[in-house]
Amino acid sequence: MAHRWGMAVDLDRCTGCGACVAACHAENNIPTVGPDQAGRGRAMHWLRVERYWEGDFPDVRLKFRPVMCQQCDAAPCEPVCPTYASHHTDEGLNAQVYNRCIGTRYCANACPYNVRFFEFFNPQWPKPLHLQLNPDVSVREVGVMEKCTFCVQRITAAEIDAKAGKRELKDGEIQTACAQSCAARALVFGDLNDPDSDVSRLSRSPRGSKLLEDLGTLPKVTYLDRQTQV
Amino acid sequence: MSDAPANRLSDDLLRPLLQTSWRFYALVAFLGSIVLMGLGTWAYQMYNGFGVTGINNPIFWAVYVTNFVFWIGISHAGMVITAILRLVNAGWRRPVTRCAEAITVFALMIGALFPLIHLGRPWLFFWLIPYPSSRQIWPNFRSPLVWDFFAISTYLTGSVLFLGLPMIPDFALVRDRTTGWRRRIYGGLALGWTGTPKQWHRLESAMSIMAIAILPVAISVHTVVSFDFSMAPVPMWHSTIFGPYFVAGAIFSGIAGLLIVTAALRKFLHLEEYVHPVHIQNLGKLLLLMSLLWAYFLFVERLTVWYGNESAEIAVLRVTQKGSFAPLYWTMVVCNFVMPFSILSLKKLRTITGCVIASCGVLIGMWLERFLIVVPSLGHKYLPYTWGTYRPRPVEILITISTFAALVLLYTLFVKFVPIISIWELRAAEHPSPALLPAAAREQALGETQA
Repeated sequence: MAHRWGMAVDLDRCTGCGACVAACHAENNIPTVGPDQAGRGRAMHWLRVERYWEGDFPDVRLKFRPVMCQQCDAAPCEPVCPTYASHHTDEGLNAQVYNRCIGTRYCANACPYNVRFFEFFNPQWPKPLHLQLNPDVSVREVGVMEKCTFCVQRITAAEIDAKAGKRELKDGEIQTACAQSCAARALVFGDLNDPDSDVSRLSRSPRGSKLLEDLGTLPKVTYLDRQTQV
Repeated sequence: MSDAPANRLSDDLLRPLLQTSWRFYALVAFLGSIVLMGLGTWAYQMYNGFGVTGINNPIFWAVYVTNFVFWIGISHAGMVITAILRLVNAGWRRPVTRCAEAITVFALMIGALFPLIHLGRPWLFFWLIPYPSSRQIWPNFRSPLVWDFFAISTYLTGSVLFLGLPMIPDFALVRDRTTGWRRRIYGGLALGWTGTPKQWHRLESAMSIMAIAILPVAISVHTVVSFDFSMAPVPMWHSTIFGPYFVAGAIFSGIAGLLIVTAALRKFLHLEEYVHPVHIQNLGKLLLLMSLLWAYFLFVERLTVWYGNESAEIAVLRVTQKGSFAPLYWTMVVCNFVMPFSILSLKKLRTITGCVIASCGVLIGMWLERFLIVVPSLGHKYLPYTWGTYRPRPVEILITISTFAALVLLYTLFVKFVPIISIWELRAAEHPSPALLPAAAREQALGETQA
């Protein structure tokens, strides 16, 4: 049976620590652009932790929401790409072929979640950071779009391993970098086609909702909302 | 060809081709240096990366896309206006058709550059084109950017033909009146034209076909340009009104551009005898009509968004009407509606100067209109956490300025090598001799009596 990768994010558990953001940068060779460029709006975080204040003072409550590519089933970024750089894989991932991207940036405009990023300059890693680049992930050159892949390099490696061992993948065998680094276990990754997987179970929660669900993008990330505190 | 007035006419209109003053060389050198500066700036942008522009996350499109839409809009001057005027056989079109069609071709060439300038990796632009590839990869035909490629290349081909066909008899005229290298070059361009009835008949049929064929092409081009926006789920882009709104805006700015160019040519080439105030005033009336139509579209667009009260769209509406984009927004309203309306609706103010002032306002206003469609929406998408703003950087400003210089340069060169007023069409109007003249040139006359 084909896999259908998805994620569940429990907002009650998220403490906003940002470990997922750091892990994502390290795993996926995402360049840091420095304070100057970040101030110009060129920061690249495939995964970001949005911070919202709810309520009026003094009854305010802080809400953190980690937002990564929602891997939509009806993704607005895909049909607009003139070169198929942004396309849908058999396992339901929104893949980005960096070498095919010519940098129209149309996908970034079409994405309602703003989770697609553009290489404004050729990326640089100040020494000794260049030694920690992940050899499994390509480094993107100037002028291409990039985005969260659900750590497709880990998915593919595990699938090849399972196939070689003639066995089925176990739930939890594949962890994205963000889910692996989440101390509070707020992020859970897995196969939505497996009804018994953790992610399927959490996605069915009555607290669950999709981000900007009314746009009809059919995201595969489910957010479990914070429960009212008495 | 022996009668004196006809000779005077062609003498007057051929003079710019045959006599060149130092001012021409100075102008070409000046404009050429600005264009070279623009090309250098583009090279700088390619070498250093797109980060030298003001583009950021979330505003991934800005001035370049604004310029793209603006220039494609200007290109509607020629085709839509002259095709309609040719089809209804309006006599007052004669002196302005070729100016208008030349604007179309040059504005399209410049407009078509902008999708390339704005690419992250412009050296791979040919991946937008369906060409036989060994890996059998085609462009994505679902993408409005690919539709753009087809629309613009069709329009460019059509408009070059539409501009070129009626130039053939004039090239023949130049061939017959010159010697040396001019005679050889224009002889080649005249494609063996001798002015037989059969040739006139062929020219007439070809022009009728093109006038009818170019209209749907022109309208579809700007509709496709509007689809670049309306196909994306972005607040205030995703609108059903965008197709006709963009077409109306394109014709609006196109008329303004045409009016300015016509008035400038009249002044600098001393064509007062051929371009009468009534020609420019008639263009002014058309401009007034389009100004009202544009204001109507703006009203409909804004009112439906306001009534719909969808939170993301209201955020964009507020930031343009009252927020940080409000100064630009209200400048646009004044330039596109208040000023042209008050100047052009009063007969006393509808002089050549008045029309030119109104047109300059419309060009500024229509550029701002496109900017205000592109930028505030991208800066205020659904998640407030990702909101952002934008300010153009010198690279974008220099490239924008150099494209204006490029248009003037192309036009100056065009006027130098081609009679800018269609001599045979004008002559046909002045001396109708039914035996020789094709039906297309025979006057039935809308507006002819006024001229």
